[in-house]
Amino acid sequence: MAKKSFIEANSISFSYPSYDGVIPPLVLDGVSVSVDEREFVAVLGHNGSGKSTLAKHFNAILVPTEGNVSVSGISTAEEAKLFEIRQEVGMVFQNPDNQIVATIIEEDVAFALENLGVPPMEIRERVDDALKKVEMYDYRLHSPNQLSGGQKQRIAIAGIVAMRPKCVVLDEPTAMLDPRGRREVMKTIRQLNKELGITVIIITHYMDEAAMCDRVVVVDDGKVIMDSTPREVFGSVELIKERGLDVPQVTELCYELKKEGFDLPECVLDEDECVAALEKLLKGGENNG
Amino acid sequence: MLKDITFGQYFPGDSIIHKLDPRMKLILIIAYIVLLFVADGLFSLLIGASMVVVFYALSKLPWKLVIKCIKPIMPIILFTAVLNIFFVEGDPIFEWWIISISGKGVLTAVLMCIRIICLIAGSSLLTYTTTPIALTDGLERLMKPLQKIKVPVHELSMMMTIALRFIPTLIDETQKIMAAQKARGADMESGNVIEKAKALIPILIPLFVSAFRRADELALAMECRCYHGGEGRTRMKQLKLTAKDWAAALFVLCGYAAVILMNVYGPEVFRL
Repeated sequence: MAKKSFIEANSISFSYPSYDGVIPPLVLDGVSVSVDEREFVAVLGHNGSGKSTLAKHFNAILVPTEGNVSVSGISTAEEAKLFEIRQEVGMVFQNPDNQIVATIIEEDVAFALENLGVPPMEIRERVDDALKKVEMYDYRLHSPNQLSGGQKQRIAIAGIVAMRPKCVVLDEPTAMLDPRGRREVMKTIRQLNKELGITVIIITHYMDEAAMCDRVVVVDDGKVIMDSTPREVFGSVELIKERGLDVPQVTELCYELKKEGFDLPECVLDEDECVAALEKLLKGGENNG
Repeated sequence: MLKDITFGQYFPGDSIIHKLDPRMKLILIIAYIVLLFVADGLFSLLIGASMVVVFYALSKLPWKLVIKCIKPIMPIILFTAVLNIFFVEGDPIFEWWIISISGKGVLTAVLMCIRIICLIAGSSLLTYTTTPIALTDGLERLMKPLQKIKVPVHELSMMMTIALRFIPTLIDETQKIMAAQKARGADMESGNVIEKAKALIPILIPLFVSAFRRADELALAMECRCYHGGEGRTRMKQLKLTAKDWAAALFVLCGYAAVILMNVYGPEVFRL
């Protein structure tokens, strides 16, 4: 490859430090992934597969024991450039309660900028801007305790967006939310990618969230086992199931129907597609009968 | 809900006192406490007392708040008064058996009571009209010079902020754990003090474990947002002293002038 990708992980391995002389197992075992700018990538994998550990390598929270990760050409092992990297690649975690620092929403969104030493006037501007982008501007003077989970998670996203990063890594951002909160947050995340052109890497358990990404990376046992478009990844239903993962409900429905001999397209990803395919099938059936 | 209780007794409002800069409020309250001790006679102390009355009137807070803040220290006030009445030596105005009360003793007692009441009323006004977060902020900025002698000012105020942020979260969590333990048959209402204290253990342990976990995650989230201590940090909200603040300062200064004048030229009666 001539041009370097935005984030590049070259055969990285990682294990947590050992204690009591026990050699810990490798959490990541020779993983190579590269993410281009403006991509929308989902990372799938069941618990303990190493997907969160992988995510933490993208902004130098963890540094690989072997191999190397580079962000915009800067190696994450370079300590002097740490803040540069973290400014480019922001990270949002699962529990919104545990990432909000301040008692007032707008002060929390300002937190990263204050740390970076941005002049006060500019902080104000960027905070308002970030709050508007996640549609939480009206809540700027509220206390985090007055907000719902989805709203809190959007505040956490705003806190990252205010840094104006090129990439946001989200570690199961919807896992603790109710369906409504999930919808809100996913909508915000999609907007980040589609409207602001921010690279999004989302780690998730929800297959329907993964289905709407551009690319799906499946991690199992510290290795990347699949890395392709959702259509291709979820097309291999058997392989996914073998790894203890699921495919979106609609995909599974169509897959099972197809197995029973119904004439359906190869891989169906979202509800609209599924409805269209089934409609076509039923109408076709009527015509024949 | 426990969650709704106010911390630091803040009473929202938009009076001139509420809007004063927290730094100025802190400085003025310290100045005011000093003033109460500069006053050495009844008349000069009354000037001090009238100042706190003016402050309360300006803050538009209900007057019963004054009583509310003084109530808990009533025993201390009475104790001080009794001690002063009986143990300050001077020309006795009343003698019976081994008890002798001097005029000076009574005067000292009265002055002490006024002082303590004004002191508590004044400092309570500070917490009534300033949010805890504004207070923390004001303190951090005022103590900034102490950083030169290696006092971890920023770290202290960060800790305060995080504590304030997590109090409601942890209260919420405590209630959840309590409910969970009750559902498992934990008995928290019956028994004597020791038994009740023991019943708290199954609540406190999970609470602590979860607090540590939260701290860990919060630290990670802070690191992701480039937190690296107070060095090179800027603030979005800049505190600015306005005309209001200087007016308040002038008012306290006038109070000082009045008290000192009264100390020097005032009537000689009711003095220590």
